[in-house]
Amino acid sequence: MKELKVQPIKDGTVIDHITAGNALKVLNILGISKNPTAMVSILMNVRSEKERKKDIVKIENRELKPKEVDKVALIAPDATINIIRNYNVEQKHKLSLPDTIKGIVRCANPNCISNLKEPVEPVEPVFRVVSKNPIKLRCYYCEREMEDVAGNII
Amino acid sequence: MDYSWDNPVFHSTDVREDLKYVKTISEKGIWMKQVFEGRDIISIRDLSKADVEYIINVSRDMLPVARGEKKSSLLNGKILATLFFEPSTRTRLSFESAMNRLGGNVVGFATSKATSAAKGETLADTIKMADAYSDVIVLRHPNEGAARLASGFSSKPVINAGDGAGQHPTQTLLDLFTVKTEKKRIKGNNIVLVGDLKYGRTVHSLTYALAMFNATLTFVAPKTLQMPDEILSHLKENGIEFGQSDSLENVIRDADVLYVTRIQKERFPDPEEYAKVAGIYRIDLEMLSNAKKDMIIMHPLPRVDEIAPEVDSTKHALYFKQAFNGVPVRMALLALVLGARK
Repeated sequence: MKELKVQPIKDGTVIDHITAGNALKVLNILGISKNPTAMVSILMNVRSEKERKKDIVKIENRELKPKEVDKVALIAPDATINIIRNYNVEQKHKLSLPDTIKGIVRCANPNCISNLKEPVEPVEPVFRVVSKNPIKLRCYYCEREMEDVAGNII
Repeated sequence: MDYSWDNPVFHSTDVREDLKYVKTISEKGIWMKQVFEGRDIISIRDLSKADVEYIINVSRDMLPVARGEKKSSLLNGKILATLFFEPSTRTRLSFESAMNRLGGNVVGFATSKATSAAKGETLADTIKMADAYSDVIVLRHPNEGAARLASGFSSKPVINAGDGAGQHPTQTLLDLFTVKTEKKRIKGNNIVLVGDLKYGRTVHSLTYALAMFNATLTFVAPKTLQMPDEILSHLKENGIEFGQSDSLENVIRDADVLYVTRIQKERFPDPEEYAKVAGIYRIDLEMLSNAKKDMIIMHPLPRVDEIAPEVDSTKHALYFKQAFNGVPVRMALLALVLGARK
């Protein structure tokens, strides 16, 4: 049996099959980097069975709800969430992108009202998901379509 | 106003969805009741084909009042706030004229320099004030999406009068009204759009709208300024017939409507590149010698040199009448969103 580089977790959530290099962005999207109470392990550029590189994030003692994690599909469409209880995978979900994205991505149009700096308008960026594969978002405010989502994560 | 993506009566994210929706209802024999009272007019995409037809019909009724032949007190006691953060001649004057013709009053500003925006006030706060002082708000702003934002902070209807390079739905509506009045119908006409098709906001919204009405479209522009792929694929998906050319001479013979736009100098990083395309589509009497007798020329104005002044006195020249049509169309919109006209 292959030796595991990181120990399995007893209870918590494992986000697997994250597009290689995006693990830190995933933590940002989930707001976990702002919450230092959870013990988090990150594996980057792991060789998967299909010989493609991937990232893995393990969060101990916290069960993420599928809805909470669905927005991760923005940058890691193939990711799965595994809920671990007592070293066993209790539930497994494939992510599915919600229809509306709020507050995670900024509009790529610098002249969009949601990007105004002086003064800052009291609104969050909002997008409608117009296509899930490839991911295409349309800004609620300026109606521009955007394909480079990963580059515009807040 | 409250806005929902899930409510097809008030919004559709896609003209194609609109078409489906209208079709479904008409197949059942029940036409959607037009609900305009309290509604925002932000983007042409918010309007269904039935909505547009309804607005065109009401605009036609407004013509005698718009010309000053008849008096109206339809909007007596109502106040329009015109918030123009960017310069405008036709849009602001025609909105103010429309409100005055219907017996209403206008408050507002034509430059943001004399307002609290110059002190750093947010648009959201300015809108809350306008909401308190008026019954309907017309907004022009240099940032895309400003009108959509405004609609979220106002309990009164908001009409978009141009947001940066974004939407300008009342221009599109008056363009459609002009084609419909002059040509009796929109469907079946060959409409040639010429000029800057890549950056021009007017031609993008107009193309979406003309697609709803099954017009035949021809796009004339140098390769660097052709219609964006996103819009062309929308036309293909909806089975709309269109052609592309870089020569106006080749297509003018078959045109029923020639829609001319200005090639905007400010879009070109290199002045030499601009010089290459600047004068290439000049419409003069010689160019018109091949055109159909009843072909009409439209232009959202201002023009620079793309239409020679000698064309103004021909039967083809419709652009000044088109600019006048802004009054009846804006009267119709004001009356509808204020619920004075059902």
